[in-house]
Amino acid sequence: MKDQTPDPAARAVKLSCRNLWKVYGTRPEYYFDTAGYAIEVDPLAARMRREAHVPAAIDVSFDVHVGEIFVIMGLSGSGKSTVIRCLSRLVDASHGQVLLDGQDLLAMPPKALIEVRRHKMGMVFQNFGLMPHLTVLENVAFPLRLQGVGLVEQREKAGRVIELVGLRGREGAFPGQLSGGQQQRVGIARSLVVEPDVWFLDEPFSALDPLIRRQMQDEFLRIQKMLHKSIVFITHDFLEALRIADRMAIMRDGKIVQTGTPTELILNPADDYVARFTSEVPRIRLLQAAACAVPATGETSALPQVSADGMAEDLIDPLARHPEGLALRDASGAPRGVVTPASLIAALAALGSEDGHVAG
Amino acid sequence: MSQAEIHLAPRRPASLGGLGMGWAAVILFALASVLAMPRVPWLADYPAAAELPVADWLNTAMTWVVANFRPVFQAITTLSTVPMGWVRDLLQWLPWSVFMLIMAATAFRAQGVGLALFTALGLIYTLLVGLWPQAMNSFALIFLSVPLAVLTGFLLGVWSFSSPRVERMLNPVLDVAQTVPAFAYLLPILLLFGFGPVVGLVASILFAFPPMVRNTVLGLREVPSTIIEVGQMSGATRGQLFWLVRFPAGLRQILIGVNQTTMASLSMVIIASMIGGTADIGWEVLSTMRKAEFGASLVAGAVIALMAMILDRITFGLAQSEGRTLGQRRFLRRHGFWAAVAAAALLLFLLCPVVPALGAWPHNWRIDLATPLDTAIGWFILTFKPLLEAIKNAALFFFVLPLKIGLDKAVSPFTWGFALQPWHAAVYSVLVLAGAFAASRRGQGALAATILLFGLVLYVGIADMPWPATVAVLVWFGWQMGGMPLAAGTGLALAFLLITGSWDKAMLSIHLTTLGVLAAFLIGTTLGIVAARNDWFSRIMRPINDTLQTMPAFVLLIPIVMLFKIGDFTALLAIVLYACVPAFRYAEHGLRQVSTETVEAATSLGATPMQLLFQVRLPLALPNLMLGLNQTIMYGISMLVITALVGTNDLGQEVYIGLSAGNFGQGFIAGIGMAIIAITADRFCRAWQYNHAAKLQKGAV
Repeated sequence: MKDQTPDPAARAVKLSCRNLWKVYGTRPEYYFDTAGYAIEVDPLAARMRREAHVPAAIDVSFDVHVGEIFVIMGLSGSGKSTVIRCLSRLVDASHGQVLLDGQDLLAMPPKALIEVRRHKMGMVFQNFGLMPHLTVLENVAFPLRLQGVGLVEQREKAGRVIELVGLRGREGAFPGQLSGGQQQRVGIARSLVVEPDVWFLDEPFSALDPLIRRQMQDEFLRIQKMLHKSIVFITHDFLEALRIADRMAIMRDGKIVQTGTPTELILNPADDYVARFTSEVPRIRLLQAAACAVPATGETSALPQVSADGMAEDLIDPLARHPEGLALRDASGAPRGVVTPASLIAALAALGSEDGHVAG
Repeated sequence: MSQAEIHLAPRRPASLGGLGMGWAAVILFALASVLAMPRVPWLADYPAAAELPVADWLNTAMTWVVANFRPVFQAITTLSTVPMGWVRDLLQWLPWSVFMLIMAATAFRAQGVGLALFTALGLIYTLLVGLWPQAMNSFALIFLSVPLAVLTGFLLGVWSFSSPRVERMLNPVLDVAQTVPAFAYLLPILLLFGFGPVVGLVASILFAFPPMVRNTVLGLREVPSTIIEVGQMSGATRGQLFWLVRFPAGLRQILIGVNQTTMASLSMVIIASMIGGTADIGWEVLSTMRKAEFGASLVAGAVIALMAMILDRITFGLAQSEGRTLGQRRFLRRHGFWAAVAAAALLLFLLCPVVPALGAWPHNWRIDLATPLDTAIGWFILTFKPLLEAIKNAALFFFVLPLKIGLDKAVSPFTWGFALQPWHAAVYSVLVLAGAFAASRRGQGALAATILLFGLVLYVGIADMPWPATVAVLVWFGWQMGGMPLAAGTGLALAFLLITGSWDKAMLSIHLTTLGVLAAFLIGTTLGIVAARNDWFSRIMRPINDTLQTMPAFVLLIPIVMLFKIGDFTALLAIVLYACVPAFRYAEHGLRQVSTETVEAATSLGATPMQLLFQVRLPLALPNLMLGLNQTIMYGISMLVITALVGTNDLGQEVYIGLSAGNFGQGFIAGIGMAIIAITADRFCRAWQYNHAAKLQKGAV
């Protein structure tokens, strides 16, 4: 839930997923032999289920913009893993298009696909997927080795990403000697070594302890701030999605229920299913620091100065120590008003009144 | 006998209490056929008229194959004799010091200084006792057969990994190849390829490749799907995906296959030497044993045992250290290492003309271990003869004979000190009945039925049971445990034994295996229970078990034959010794795996140590114990074949006779018979495991 750019949707589309279906069963192709006919989504899915087919992804569509973190959130069995596997073509979709820079991945011949995977895509897996017989360095350099890159270049590039994920000094270790968090750092480094444009992360932190998970999320955001990849991030953890997403989609039973920024989802849940997730989120998490500010009435230079780009949540501690108020300044240093305990509470109350769930 | 049966008869109505109709019918049928046996001769002996001359057919077929394809096989023989000659000459010509250096260096790479030292000492022992040339001849065969078997196994493994259909076809072939006794291979190979060391080579490849196939498939299949996906996402081509991702990720398991293949190859090379003409270490053991020179055969047997341990530790070490040695930085170091070894070897080689002792081990450095050993053995046997005889007779009279020919014949004034009176039989039947009744009162119908059947079998003897009764009981068991497929399979297996005329010998095999396996299982499991509780004991047992398990089976025979001469008891001891290892291992492993939480829960409920063992630990370890039993049976049967060398008179002996008399059909049928027994036993164990797992999943019936 970070707002580096006011409107990520304004940027160019990098990856576009259009009307994607994945159906398991004896003859899924049968359902899409409808050239010229419009597909009626819900009746078709219902018919598949009646006829012993399993539609794991149903008419999934979304766009990922350049430099955007797009999170797909859903509980297990909702089809999110199927979708990301279709995007990377680890699983062949039954119907639809996946456009990467306007090129349809699903129609791509195997050789071209290998080239795309070698240079444009990186993927991080829930269970790390490290080769137990290779060292950290060799694991990270593995994609380069497949491309036939020379040893010196392999080491140099791998060394750079290993440094990026903070594993410098552990290059010679084997995966078995690392903790879960460290192993996933290796997985992240490996996915970045080919400098991909599109970065897929399939529940990358779900196998980690809660504390480590939090730390890895911060690390991930730090890396993204430097690299500006276009990201599809899968998670079953709603709070993780909120922390990370520029925009997110919620999936249920193979379908996307709602797409939007975290704030949009929380303020206007599309149905009860989404509302059930959002109702548990403390409102203060959504409030931006700038939204709690009131115009300064006196001299502000004596007050502690804080950034106006942060979240209101982060102001509580300083406010407790300085009940007289905090002065906000934006990135350029220009004053953006003052936050006092009273103005914070007023802003929270205003947020609650927009949304019936908080009062109840 | 019929006299005694009258006393047994009245129990029927009483025993039916907790039993199903099926059990009752089977028991009644068995009892009826036992009663009718004296009057109906074909119940005792399957009529010869109904046997088929399968052996003759096989011989005819073999003659035809030999007549028509001999040139093909001859060509293979000629082709493979040449490289075999090379390897053999190379090893004989190589100075011992160079060979030792290379082996020790490999051992060092595989596991470290300890193993390198052990390897060097083992080879020095070989030099000291003057068996170097023989050992080199065996090594030559192994060095040729292992790579060929590994290659064959690997290719077949990759093939069946990529095609489920191939795997389905290959699996039964592997089952049979692994269970048909080694002797049975030798004859057809001998007939096809002609006399010579090629027989050993071909036999050892055939015998050694199945574990490689299985481990290759297992290794390739076990690779986690995420790792494969990583390969795909990194843009691997099909070839890269296999060679750079799947193969290295499964390599450890595949190397375990190499280890097993090496051990199988070694044991086959040793066995194949009985054909003669190889002048290798196996021949040394066999010929000295035939001449009753036990000291010499112990000395040579020790060489085999050492070779086995060295090869086992090296190949196993390579599999274990697989992760270490492939590391990139170590990669360079490894090349440096081998360069240094090569340089040292060359240096040693060049030194040989200067220091001749480095080339050929001087004669006066040899020591004669055989003579003092013979003296010691002679003294020991003379001193303890009464004790040894007593042990042997007690075991024969009270255990071996009763189960074989039944209490009704085994109890005599000569054996038990009294003749069997009708009232003895009456007391016996009352005891059996009481046991069955008690069991059925507790609602354990199957146990009651088993007690009744076992009582009957023990009275009549496995070998003397009327065949229809045996067939009915076993098929019924099969039906109970595995439904139609197992019942049908058991029926077919028994039918094969009947119509080929192998029934009597097969029953003797079953008798010996049953006794051996029961004893081995009890002893092994008991020791395993102790080892699971006592780390100290476990540490002592580990090397002993390793040694027993890696040693080619027939080396075990030497000391036993020495003490107890030839015969059933010696065979039995050998089986027990060889087969108790898996029972021990699985018991210890199973008990150690029981979750501490469960044990703590039981302890907190106030369980006594005995209750903990029998009501918590053992039941939880049961699946592992059953795996152990399965392995115990397999080990027992494979040892049974070897014991033909010490004069049993079962199927194993038939195989051996077939081999030595050049009767392919006879030997092969007996071999298939043993394989059938082994496979059927295996299927019974698996059915039990399946039922147990199913029960835990779906709830008890």
